[in-house]
Parts: sequence; C-alpha cells; structure tokens
Amino acid sequence: MENTSLPPRVHTLNQTKAAPMDQSQPPTHGFDMSSALGRTEERALDNERICLEVKDLNLYYGEKQALANINMVIPEKRVTAFIGPSGCGKSTLLRCFNRMNDLIDIVRTEGSIALHGEDIFRRRVDVAELRRRIGMVFQKPNPFPKSIYENVAYGLRLQGINDRRVLDEAVEMALKRSALWDEVKDRLNENALGMSGGQQQRLVIARAVAIEPEVLLLDEPASALDPISTLKIEELIYELKENFTIVIVTHNMQQAARVSDYTAFMYLGELIEYKNTNTLFTNPSNKQTEDYITGRYG
Amino acid sequence: MTTGIKKWFESGSPWVWLTAAAVSTSVIMVAGLLLLISVNGLNHFWPKPIMEVDYLKAPGEVIRVFGMVRESEEVPRSRIEESGLFVDSEEERVTRHLLKIGNRDAQGFDFGWFLDSNIRDRRYPENLMALERREWGDLIGYLKNVKQQDRIVATGEAAVPELEKRLKRALELFAQIREIEKDDIGSVNYALERLRLQERKLELKDALTPARKDVIARDRAAQDKRYEKLRVRLSELYEQINRDSLTAEIMDGRELEVPLAKAVRVYWPNALSWPQRVGFFLEKTWEFVADEPREANTEGGIFPAIFGTVMMVIVMSIFVTPAGVIAAVYLREYAKQGPITRLVRIAVNNLAGVPSIVYGVFGLGFFVYFLGGNLDQLFFPEALPAPTFGTPGIFWAALTLALLTMPVVIVATEEGLARIPSSIREGSLALGATKVETLWRTVLPMASPAMMTGLILAIARAAGEVAPLMLVGVVKLAPSLPLDGNAPFIHLERKFMHLGFHIYDVGFQSPNVEAARPLVYATSLLLVLVIVVLNLAAIGIRNHLREKYRALEGG
Repeated sequence: MENTSLPPRVHTLNQTKAAPMDQSQPPTHGFDMSSALGRTEERALDNERICLEVKDLNLYYGEKQALANINMVIPEKRVTAFIGPSGCGKSTLLRCFNRMNDLIDIVRTEGSIALHGEDIFRRRVDVAELRRRIGMVFQKPNPFPKSIYENVAYGLRLQGINDRRVLDEAVEMALKRSALWDEVKDRLNENALGMSGGQQQRLVIARAVAIEPEVLLLDEPASALDPISTLKIEELIYELKENFTIVIVTHNMQQAARVSDYTAFMYLGELIEYKNTNTLFTNPSNKQTEDYITGRYG
Repeated sequence: MTTGIKKWFESGSPWVWLTAAAVSTSVIMVAGLLLLISVNGLNHFWPKPIMEVDYLKAPGEVIRVFGMVRESEEVPRSRIEESGLFVDSEEERVTRHLLKIGNRDAQGFDFGWFLDSNIRDRRYPENLMALERREWGDLIGYLKNVKQQDRIVATGEAAVPELEKRLKRALELFAQIREIEKDDIGSVNYALERLRLQERKLELKDALTPARKDVIARDRAAQDKRYEKLRVRLSELYEQINRDSLTAEIMDGRELEVPLAKAVRVYWPNALSWPQRVGFFLEKTWEFVADEPREANTEGGIFPAIFGTVMMVIVMSIFVTPAGVIAAVYLREYAKQGPITRLVRIAVNNLAGVPSIVYGVFGLGFFVYFLGGNLDQLFFPEALPAPTFGTPGIFWAALTLALLTMPVVIVATEEGLARIPSSIREGSLALGATKVETLWRTVLPMASPAMMTGLILAIARAAGEVAPLMLVGVVKLAPSLPLDGNAPFIHLERKFMHLGFHIYDVGFQSPNVEAARPLVYATSLLLVLVIVVLNLAAIGIRNHLREKYRALEGG
C-alpha cells in the first residue's frame, strides 16, 4: 500500500516561528474589531518568510485587462486578505495562485507567480500537483454528493491512498482541524448534502486540509453563511494559520480586519495598497483605500 | 354578456380548460388503447361454449352446425342476398355470427358466417367436445370411442376418462420425443457440424494430417453412435405414442379418427364450471407466454419471440450505452465548443429523425454484407460459402438498433453532463484531481441518472421497432433460440423472432386470418408489457442512482 505522504505532515506544529515579532501574538483572541486589530500590530512584511511571490502579473479576459501589474508577496503561515469592491479582480488574482483560471479558455496571463521560488506558470508544472499543494475553498459550499467521510477522503484517494486505517486517521484529523469532528463523528457515512450550509463549508475546508496543502485559498468563504457560521469559520481560519499559509478574499472589511495579518486593497485590477492589516485600516496611505474602508464607495 | 366572456377569458380559465382537456384526451386515448388490446387479446384465451344449431341453409335444407361464436355483426339484408345466400327474414338489416367450426381437415375451412335469422334451434350439449390438435386446428364433435391399436377400448360415456388418461400419457411421451429431437439430436447435429467445420478448416490450412483425420473420424463415429442410440429410442417412443387414437362424430355426421399423438388438449366447453374456466384461461395464457408457436404461428405460444425481443434489446443496450456516453463526454467535456462541434451536434440530433427503415438498409449493406462478409472471410472461411456472420442475425439487428438509438443516449447524457454545476467540477479540480479523475469520480456518477434516462428512451424505441429488423435478422419462425445449451451458449449470429414482427406476420402474412386475428391483439399486449417491464427495470435503476447523487436538486 502506498502511503508515503502519511502520517500527515504536521511538521509545522512545533516549529518555532522565524519572525522575531511573533511572540507578541496573544494566545487567546476576541473577534470585535478593536481587539482584532490589536494583535497583528507589530508585524511587517519584510520580516516574513515568503511563500508566494507575484511579479508583474497581468491578466486578460480576451481583450479586457482584469489584472494590471500586480507585484506582491504572500507571507508564509500568515493570513493575507484581499479586499476591494466587486469586480476589482481579487478573486481573479486568488484563482491565479492555483491556476483555476486555466479552466477559462479566453484567459491569458503574463508575468510570474513563484511558490517557494518556483514559477507556477512554467510549462513543466503539473497543474494537478500544484492544486494539491495550493488548496482552495469556494464561495458557495460545494461538497460532493457522497458521504461525509468520502468527501474528506476524496483528495487522499486521488493520491492513491486507499488503506482504510490511514484514511480513517487522516479524515479524523482533518475534521478535527476544521472543528467539525464533534458534530459529525457519529454520522460519517451520511450524505454530506444533508448538513447545514455552515457545516458544509467547514467540511469543504476539511476536505482541502486533509491533503495537507501548503497554501489555502479562501474565496469569500463566509459570504453565503449566517453570522454564527461565519464566526465559526473565522475562528477556524485563526486556528489553521498555524499550519497553513492562508489567502482570503472577502467583501467584509470587518472580517478582513478580524482574521488577517496582512491586507491588500485592490481597485479596478490594480493593487492599490498592501501592508499590515492594522496599519492599513488605521492609517491608510492611499486616498482610495481610505475612501473604501471608510465606506465612501464600494 | 360580452364583458362576462371577456372577463372569463382574462381570468385564464379557458387556458386551464384547454390544457386539462389535452391531458384528458391523451389519458383516454392511452387507456382506450390498452383496454382494447387487453380485452381482445385476453378474450381469446377464455373458453367459449360450443353451440349446436339446426341451420336453414336453403329453403327446406337444414344442416347441423357446431361452433363457437367469435363475433357478431349487423349487415344489410340486400348485401347477403346479392351474394346468393338464402336469408330467412324480411328485416332490412340482419345479424350474422362468425362461428369457429373447426375440423379444417374434414370441412375445408374452420370459420364461417351464419345468419341469426336462419338458425332454428340452439343447444349447448354438455358432451360436445373440443380437441386441440397439432395439425389442422381444433376438432369439434362428439366423442365416439377410444382405440388402442385399432381395437376399441371404450365407447360413449366411458370413453371420457379413458381418453383423459391416455391423452396424458401421450403428452408425456411427446415431451420426451421433443426433448430428444430438439435437445439431444440437436446437440449431436451441432457437434457433427463443428467437426465438419474443423476438418474443413484444417484442410484449408493444409494441416489435415492423417493423425488429425483419425481423431476427427473417431469423434464423428462417437457422435454417430450417440445418434444411433437416440434414433432407436425415438422409434420406440413413436411406436408407443402412436398406440392410441380417438374417434369423433363431427357436425356433418362423419366420423373422424385422430391419433392421440396429434392431440394437445381436450375439453368439454359447455360442461366447464367457473373455476374450471378460470383454470383453462390461466393455462392457455401461460401456454401463450411460455410455449413455442404451432401451425404457422396461429396456435401455441410466442416464447421465442419474447426471448428474441428481450435479448436483442439487452445486446443493444450493451452497445449503445457505452458508445453514446463516450460520444457525449467527448462532445461536452473535451471538444472545443465551436461551429464544428455545433455541426456534429446538429447532425447527431438529426440522426434521430432518419426513418428507421433507412437504418435497416444501412445495417444490411454495412453490417451484414460488408462487416459480416469480411468477418466470415477472416474467421470462418471453413463454413463458406454458407455465411456465418455474413447473413442477418441478432447481433447485426442489435447493432443496427444501437445506431438508431444512439442519438437519444447522446442527447440525454449531454444534458445530464451540462446540468452538473461547475462548482462541483472546480471543487474536484482544486483538490488536485485531473480532468479525467474528476470525470470518473464525480461527474460521470452524477450524470448516471441522465444516462439511464437516455437508455430508457432507447429501449422504448428499440423494443418497438420492426421495419429495420426485417432486413437485418428477424424471421417468422426461428428453429432455435440465440441462447442454448451448446457451447458457446450465446449464438449471436442466429436469426431470431421478435414480438413486433410477429404481430405483423400473424396479422398480415397468416394463411388463416380468422384464427390469427386474436393473436395480433394478444401479441400486442405482450409487446407493450415487455416494453413496460424493461422500462420499469431501467427506471428503478435510475431512481436508485438519483437517490444516491441527489446533489443536483440543491444546485
């Protein structure tokens, strides 16, 4: 039985953080805006380890340019949020990271994105492998019409892991990490479509987490959910960043402020401002950013 | 007044009435159709009393007639008189009855029209006997005696139990004879034919060494010996079965002797009690479903036709499902959606509108003559010039119908694939699945109910199709089923019988129209039932799949 990639790669759990400012992070956290902003204050991008690096990225839908000259780095084991008005290209940018835009025939990309220094747009890159390393969760929960267990095991089975014991362990681990285990442990064999929307979304996160990606892309993961489910997802994001680099697209500025370490503001396909979340929200250097976060448009 | 009508129109009620009327019309038509074929078909198996009448054939000439009333109608008197018949009535319209009088061998015809007005006396004697025979249709008359090797063993009343006892024995013997003739001798013949082909094959390859020749000769001798043994046993059985006979007095007073070997069933219709009638009905119905046809398909059952229909549909499904699904997957998932794909799609859809006989012609020209002919040259040269696959058969019929129903499967599958939300595909791709993995693990299972819908439509169409089959494999009477005990058990090159064609054959090609007509209805009823059963099976599978992949309702 081929199970080389398991036991799950939890190597990051006990690893000491490289960033010197890290110790300031409080062990507990609240979710009102003021305290959320308080906890990432001293972080600066320069001190982070780089996970993804975007260089001169331009993207066109046919003739129309959707992303213009994007240059940015995504820090490792941090939460980076993309905010901006509808149609500003934040989701498009997110979908560049795992090349989901390849599915759209008319999309053309220029520039490069490097994952740990390796360009993901090179011809040789195995897209399926790239997507295994960079997981994604979509706006609307999209569980497969299978059992809860099979949903979580899907990605593992794709890798040829069929050993029941290994799968059991990985499924349990993933469900625990996505704070779903206690709710579903007695009905793993029931159809996932019988769950509530919030549970489905956490299941989808568990499904993505089960294959141990390096990066987790979240495309407005809470926009279709009620406030309590949203809260649970946010708590989950906070837990998950210990092990994963997280990039989240959100419409909700409070959410960005609550969960992210860094925030990028995008407007009309351009990256306007990108810095420490606290600084961006309290002291934006750009007029457009300020207008947006103070609610003057968007 | 006008405003009232206007208001009524505006309220939308006329629309409701119109649509409801359309639905009712459809329902009434379908129910009427089913009722008509059920009543006419099943009525045939119900035992009818035999009437004995004195009939005024011409003024002063009275004859005796035995008969079962098959149907009655009113006709203008003038029309009857014009044809030179005597009518004992002054009425403008007269009633006439179609009587089954039987005894075709003695009287020349077994059905006749008799005028109600000319009937003098009607009786229903309880000892009037009906005897179903293997040849010449039914015999209707009074039982006179039962003979054993031309020696009378019982007469009159005493002959009845004697006849029943001896008929039972004869039927048992007949079953044995049939088993030997059909199964045992059939398999000997099959083995001999294979030996002949084996020898010929070796001869063609110049490999017929004396040693091999000896082996074949030895096998052949063994089969000949087996045959000889069977032949001896068979002649014994024939001697036994031909021992008894019965004599009956028919309506014109003559006495007819019938060997019991030729009898199938004897009954006294006027003496039957209600439970006996029901039993008779069930027995006849079962015979119809489970037995083989007799007397140019006008008697006996239609089991080979049911079997042929079902087997052909199954073989067709085995071919059409994968082919249609694969084509649909390519069209929907892989082909670039452009003018060429659109053209292909239009062409596929239009294929569904091509008259089925055109497929028959294509099947004959391409499958039978071209493919079959070449297959014969390549794989069965030893049988030539007798064709193996180069002649119409169930395999080619199934392939032709697979081609005919392919568009339905393609269209249904494509629609199923299109309905799967892109979020599900993206979810799978985002987990590192390739396109093929996504297809196999998620998309195709979710589209399986749609594929089953396509298959259901294909089955419904294929099972009822007759025209193309006449060109590519269906026959009036197939000597053996395409599935039997001789290796390799499934003989797809054989010709087969089909319910749809059977209806056509019995209805239009039968030498005995009156005898065959009820069978048209009964066969139609059975064809409808077979299609319903096949469809229900497929619908059952589909519902099970739907239950399993319920995601689509959630969107």
